[in-house]
Amino acid sequence: MSGIESADVVVIGAGIIGAACAEALSAAGVRVLVIDRGAPAGATTASGEGDVLVSDKEPGPALELAAASRRRWPELLDELRELLGPGRAEIGWDPKGGLVVATTAEAVGPLAALTAAQRAAGVAVEDLDADRAREMEPYLTEELTAVAHFPDDAQLQPVPATAALLAALRARGGEVHSGVMAEGIVADRAGAVAGVRTGVDAIPCRAVVNACGPWAGHFSETVGAPVDVLPRRGMVLVTAPLPRFVGRKVYDSGHVDTVAGGDAEPRFSAVVESTASGTVLIGSSRQGTSFDEGLEVEVLRRLARGAIGLFPRLAGVPVMRAYGGFRPCTPDRLPVIGEDPRMPGLWHATGHEGAGIGLAAATGRLLADLFTGREPVVDPEPFRVDRPEVALEAGA
Amino acid sequence: MRRVVVVGAGPAGTAAARAAASFGVEVVLIDAAPTPGGRHRWDARGAGARAELPDEVEHLPESAVWAIEPVPGGHRVHVRTGPVDGPERTGRAIEARALVLATGAHDRALPFPGWDLPGVCTAGAARAMARDQGIAVGERVIVAGTGPFLLSAAVSLVEAGARVTAIFEAGDPVPGFITRPGGALAGWTKAGELARYAATLARHDVPLCRRSAVIAAFGKDRVEAVLAARLDRDWRPVPHSLRRFEVDAVAVGFGFTPQLELAVAARCDLEDGFVAVNAAQATSVPGVFAAGDLTGVGGADLAAAEGAVAGAAAAKLLGARVRAPIGAMRRVRAGRRFAAALAEAYPLRPGWREWLREDTPVCRCEEVAYGAFRRAVEELDVGDARVLELATGAGLGLCQGRICGRSVAELAGLPETADAFARRPIAAPVRLGELAEDVPVDEGP
Ligand SMILES: Cc1cc2nc3c(=O)[nH]c(=O)nc-3n(C[C@H](O)[C@H](O)[C@H](O)COP(=O)(O)OP(=O)(O)OC[C@H]3O[C@@H](n4cnc5c(N)ncnc54)[C@H](O)[C@@H]3O)c2cc1C
Ligand SMILES: Cc1cc2nc3c(=O)[nH]c(=O)nc-3n(C[C@H](O)[C@H](O)[C@H](O)COP(=O)(O)OP(=O)(O)OC[C@H]3O[C@@H](n4cnc5c(N)ncnc54)[C@H](O)[C@@H]3O)c2cc1C
Repeated sequence: MSGIESADVVVIGAGIIGAACAEALSAAGVRVLVIDRGAPAGATTASGEGDVLVSDKEPGPALELAAASRRRWPELLDELRELLGPGRAEIGWDPKGGLVVATTAEAVGPLAALTAAQRAAGVAVEDLDADRAREMEPYLTEELTAVAHFPDDAQLQPVPATAALLAALRARGGEVHSGVMAEGIVADRAGAVAGVRTGVDAIPCRAVVNACGPWAGHFSETVGAPVDVLPRRGMVLVTAPLPRFVGRKVYDSGHVDTVAGGDAEPRFSAVVESTASGTVLIGSSRQGTSFDEGLEVEVLRRLARGAIGLFPRLAGVPVMRAYGGFRPCTPDRLPVIGEDPRMPGLWHATGHEGAGIGLAAATGRLLADLFTGREPVVDPEPFRVDRPEVALEAGA
Repeated sequence: MRRVVVVGAGPAGTAAARAAASFGVEVVLIDAAPTPGGRHRWDARGAGARAELPDEVEHLPESAVWAIEPVPGGHRVHVRTGPVDGPERTGRAIEARALVLATGAHDRALPFPGWDLPGVCTAGAARAMARDQGIAVGERVIVAGTGPFLLSAAVSLVEAGARVTAIFEAGDPVPGFITRPGGALAGWTKAGELARYAATLARHDVPLCRRSAVIAAFGKDRVEAVLAARLDRDWRPVPHSLRRFEVDAVAVGFGFTPQLELAVAARCDLEDGFVAVNAAQATSVPGVFAAGDLTGVGGADLAAAEGAVAGAAAAKLLGARVRAPIGAMRRVRAGRRFAAALAEAYPLRPGWREWLREDTPVCRCEEVAYGAFRRAVEELDVGDARVLELATGAGLGLCQGRICGRSVAELAGLPETADAFARRPIAAPVRLGELAEDVPVDEGP
């Protein structure tokens, strides 16, 4: 591997999480090298719809990290624009807001309970009556029983965002190398990280960040410090471009349960939003714990039904494509961010499930805070590596 | 599931259906078009005989296969039947032990300044309109691109009443290649096709200019004129060789792009951008066969021969007693030699990139300009098709990269360019309401 001499930190994985960690570390003066076996933003990050949500997090650590990230993204964007100059940090930031919609009598109570708890935790949320909701989203179903508006929900474009983060890293002297697979870690005599093995070569460094997304579990196992991160499949339908159809992210109030739920069987909830080009994205499904890519028409059928339930007019719209990805998922649905006590110098930043785009800004910040010994942006405790839910026994 | 499903009723698919049915197995032949014949159906000679189907074949016209799913012991084929724009398409799923994919190829257009103007179309589209409806795409037309099929497009245009100003052949095939007795075209032109084309074109004073191309088109609301240039070996325009022609249509064809979506969805292995098959037309996936342009482009006769082999192999898989289709297999071998020679004689050269200008759209649906495209690619070290789309916008529009995909993948330097844009689990547009419906599943005999 010519050209790669050494670095303070090697980040493994150039998805949005690896890119955010690398950017934050480089901003703190750390010399960072990012490697990816594929190309930047080529894996899960390319599947992300780009929502930066506070509305779908239950109060607690998940919401705290989400709120911190929602605050951090606009600041980070300003910093990137300043550093890179005009036109180089266009990531489609759109604070468009979200509507959470109940369409049955039974769903009213749980939605009210969720919004009350979120409000108590400081989230901006407004209850809407059906008329007001349909004023905001004219094509919304008439069968509304309750609607909550979250003005702070936002969206960005994951691939350009990753590109901008990596551009900032390069601007500060960091490097990004595509097509380089991390195969293991070189440890010193005390068992601490001394480098990353990439085939026959090794890149000397004093710390490694495992940002391998849904493959993070596999990588951690390879190096003998396993964390429980498994792929959880999601499919999205994309319609032909439509003139202004839906302005906000609109989703069914059952969504929060779907995200938090177990993986014994496939789970669905209706999630509908537009992109800048006018296509409508329709989600979401959650299933499985493996990288099985086979198409299941039944999954598409469930997605279609859910979306038509929210927006009956969508029934006549052509679907151009379906695509999928694998969310990096932990058993307790919280990311893993921090140093691994089992191997000094090994850090993990992964397990963001269906929220890695939104959570990237605060994740990078938190990791850099912990690395440099600064005051952390949020309490790192709930995300620590050695919590019993995620730290597995080596070789088990 | 003692049944064969054939997708595509071109020369390959109809031959496959006929062969399988002749061995007594149940055959369903599905095609999006209202009548069988495929891209070749407009050919006056032989098309009638080819397109006739025996009664034992159940033909589903106007039926688009939009997805294929593996099921135990075979595949489930999802179909919508009815006019594409009509509200009343019906859906069903058909299960089959053996599947023959014969979805063909469409001809490829390369981007050049003005290629998005009305009046610029593919040679295949021009030929289809002329043969199908007797309508020429324009009064004064230039045919440009590479490969012998340009001649047949030009003939169709002439026969439909157009004046073909010239044919610009970008390549410089070995002299004599086309006419050499026993040469590569020998297996193909036995019907005298080529001689007839040459005679027709000579009679109408249509010049064939080698190593030349249309490198720009101009016009307000549609094409009014084009610039043609001599090309060097690499297809870079030769300085001071530009000539201007007043025309109202341009038909372009730079080789073919196979319609791979269903084959990729079924996870068939590819080779050089086409579906890989063995001597029995079997793909890498058990129970899935492929034939015709999908496996390599060699014209209608080769497609039909491959179809006959595939149909027999599919019937055999179902347990029918099948005589080895020796004649068809021999024709396949000869045809393949021709197809290989064709691919070798008419390669695409990288110099076409120099026809592009900063503001030339590389993707017509999303109007992505070449300059912006290149900057986005450099910014992100783009490494695969999905990222390419998201970083540049190219391929995200209505055609889903079917037109521009291969070219933008090449411009971005992606490693796998032929199938980069073929990962489309939904192979044909379906409406969301259709997707939501429960459909009957026909498990067959
Ligand atoms: C359908 C879908 C919709 C989604 N929508 C949203 C949304 O709206 N909002 C949101 O916040 N989140 C969303 N997500 C989730 C989000 O996409 C993920 O949480 C996020 O992309 C994870 O980023 P990552 O960097 O951890 O992983 P990835 O993007 O997968 O990056 C990991 C990288 O590591 C590389 N890698 C792995 N192993 C190695 C190795 N050994 N050596 C070198 N490189 C390696 C891989 O090549 C890959 O590039 C969605 C996910 C899906 C599937
Ligand atoms: C301009 C031009 C000129 C040519 N001139 C000649 C010539 O002179 N002589 C010659 O021998 N050959 C010629 N060819 C080539 C010839 O047309 C092809 O080799 C031949 O048609 C290939 O047959 P096929 O059965 O493989 O595919 P096709 O004829 O392309 O048939 C494929 C069929 O599959 C159907 N289909 C595809 N996808 C789906 C789906 N998802 N659901 C349902 N149906 C589907 C299509 O509707 C189509 O009918 C020419 C081609 C072109 C473009």
